[in-house]
Amino acid sequence: MAEISLARALNRALSDALADDPDVLVYGEDVGALGGVFRVTDGLAAAFGEDRCFDSPLAEAAIVGTAVGMAMYGQRPVVEMQFDAFALPAFEQVVSHVAKMRNRTRGRVELPLVIRVPYGGGIGAVEHHSDSSEAYFTHTPGLRVVTPATPADGYSMLREAIECPDPVVFLEPKRRYWATAELDLPARTEPMDRAVVRRAGGDVTLIAYGPMVATALEAAEAGRREGRDIEVVDLRSLAPFDEETVVSSVRRTGRAVVVHEASTFGGYGAEVAARVTERCFHYLEAPVLRVGGLDIPYPPPKLEEYHLPGVDRILDAVDRLQWESEWVEGSADGRSTRQHTGVGA
Amino acid sequence: MKRTDGSAGSAPPLPSQEPIRLVDPGGNRVGEGLHPTPEPGTLLALLRAMIIGRRFDRQAGALARQGRLAVYPSSHGQEACQVGGVLALADDDWLFPTYRDCVALVTRGVDPVEVLTLLRGDWHSGYDPESHRCAPQCTPLATNASHAVGLTYAARRKGRDTAALVLMGDGATSEGDAHEAYNFAAVWNTPVVFLIQNNRWAISVPLEKQSAAPTLAHKAIGYGMRGYNVDGNDAAAVHSVVSQALAEARAGGGPAIVEAQTYRLDPHTNSDDPQRYRDDAEVEFWRARDPITRLEALLRGEGRLDDAELERVGAEAERLAADVRERLDGADGLDPEDLFSHVYATAPAMLRRQRQELLDEMRRG
Ligand SMILES: Cc1ncc(C[n+]2csc(CCOP(=O)(O)OP(=O)(O)O)c2C)c(N)n1
Repeated sequence: MAEISLARALNRALSDALADDPDVLVYGEDVGALGGVFRVTDGLAAAFGEDRCFDSPLAEAAIVGTAVGMAMYGQRPVVEMQFDAFALPAFEQVVSHVAKMRNRTRGRVELPLVIRVPYGGGIGAVEHHSDSSEAYFTHTPGLRVVTPATPADGYSMLREAIECPDPVVFLEPKRRYWATAELDLPARTEPMDRAVVRRAGGDVTLIAYGPMVATALEAAEAGRREGRDIEVVDLRSLAPFDEETVVSSVRRTGRAVVVHEASTFGGYGAEVAARVTERCFHYLEAPVLRVGGLDIPYPPPKLEEYHLPGVDRILDAVDRLQWESEWVEGSADGRSTRQHTGVGA
Repeated sequence: MKRTDGSAGSAPPLPSQEPIRLVDPGGNRVGEGLHPTPEPGTLLALLRAMIIGRRFDRQAGALARQGRLAVYPSSHGQEACQVGGVLALADDDWLFPTYRDCVALVTRGVDPVEVLTLLRGDWHSGYDPESHRCAPQCTPLATNASHAVGLTYAARRKGRDTAALVLMGDGATSEGDAHEAYNFAAVWNTPVVFLIQNNRWAISVPLEKQSAAPTLAHKAIGYGMRGYNVDGNDAAAVHSVVSQALAEARAGGGPAIVEAQTYRLDPHTNSDDPQRYRDDAEVEFWRARDPITRLEALLRGEGRLDDAELERVGAEAERLAADVRERLDGADGLDPEDLFSHVYATAPAMLRRQRQELLDEMRRG
């Protein structure tokens, strides 16, 4: 076992994919000699040669557009968008072509390509370097949108994304690039379209993904000291959404809070909250709450702590979930003695 | 240039393969050709602004290393482009700068501390664009180029002859936004000069991987506008060519691309590691072609500059640096409440509630 960071695990996944499949190509801005601004492609050009890992001209629309053409002709391109906001020039290619090619050609043309996008804030960067753009992508049918939260998932999900016959938007939580775990590579974790329970608990389910999984786990730990037994679900795949794992957790706990960095209004959390409500209504003790970023442009970076959800804000939301102990006078230990009243409880 | 029968119309001349140069690296005047060397007073102003700009740039770099700026993209070595371009602007003209162009903004007269506002990690772009006719510094590459086209179009509708200078890097010319802006400017015949600071690197990507064009100035021809290839370390040449291009554009001659050949001597930003992608020898080659020593040599050689004058400018530069250090250190006056104030003209109820929630949260600690 070795201490491996998320960035390193992603690098190893690219390296192993390049070694295993001659059709895999890695390109984008500064991914060659520099190894990417986050060093995720470090050493690949040297190891596999300039025709397998290379710098392109500086144009995101054409990076994705050429990846479409390459995938049409049997390559498996893995392209990098340097930062979340700089994927936006490619948005038309992603929405109008990447997402629709399979459907428009009745399945005859598939696009096994991966668009890697470092996303999210918390790294002290100036404007345009901290956005959470997942909802733009998840709103687009035809795209798979996944986001690893751990080094093991970083490796496994990127390998799976590259092997996947569908196009995958692969969102990398940049503030977790340097977080490490004890790990042996290669490692395969759960299939990338499944959510996983990262921490079991009986009182409330925190639903998180990407950069917020670690924060949700911290909140769960802090909550334990306050007597809350908090479960944490890591979604991993945002589209498609693993409803079964989430629903079964919330039916057990009866309470749910969705956590993400992106602005709350119209965010991905709204979709999750709606689905959980539809499927768990009779099991719920309280409305499903969302804890997201403020509904303002990302404030870089001196004030970003006020924008980003943290442990306190998550636990405040948990506290607002209509706990019996707070309505029943004299409840002994502050622990919920809730009973499910819904159908099938 | 209009053509209706499918034949080619008259095209502007191709840019010269050799960059236009008025002062050689040794500080000697060279052929005037079509582009007059600026008057001595202008040359002195160019030198003065470059010296002050370089001191500012060095100060900002130091502040970034000390962690007092979030990031700083240096202009070191590119002073002639930024100063030469900006001093060619009339007061009413507009400047559209990028993250790289702090020296251009200081030269334009923007308060240096306000220039650094964004880069020190504040949530807004610092200076007031209207009062300086300087758009906010732009980071998404080439995306502000079309703004300049729209602005000058609007100015013409209002009967003004306002022109605009767009600053962009060599890498940025690869973006679709650059091409769209060039084309709009040419078709609408708006008075915009696109000054490309070709500093040979887009982070780690060299020019050869960016463009197969003979020069970036050649791109102009395909859009039906004039293209000039200029020595970007010759402030006199940059100033002369940009001034002329602006004058022609203002007179209805259409937009132009000016490519200035220069070099980014420093890392891309303080967090870049250029050892990974370029040789020191290349850096040293360009360091020897310094834009400041060149103009200084010319002016000294012609007896228009003495030690006393240089000392005076140096002292002014030091005062500016000290002032930046001092004021940047002061209370930054950041108030989280302000985050809600300018998202819309008037904050909707939803945002007012969020502001209140944040204030409550802060009070609880
Ligand atoms: C649309 C977009 N894509 C990527 C980036 C990230 N990025 C910032 S600067 C830079 C290199 C730009 O090179 P160039 O245009 O030559 O200007 P220079 O930095 O050399 O002044 C890149 C890739 C960005 N800012 N915007």
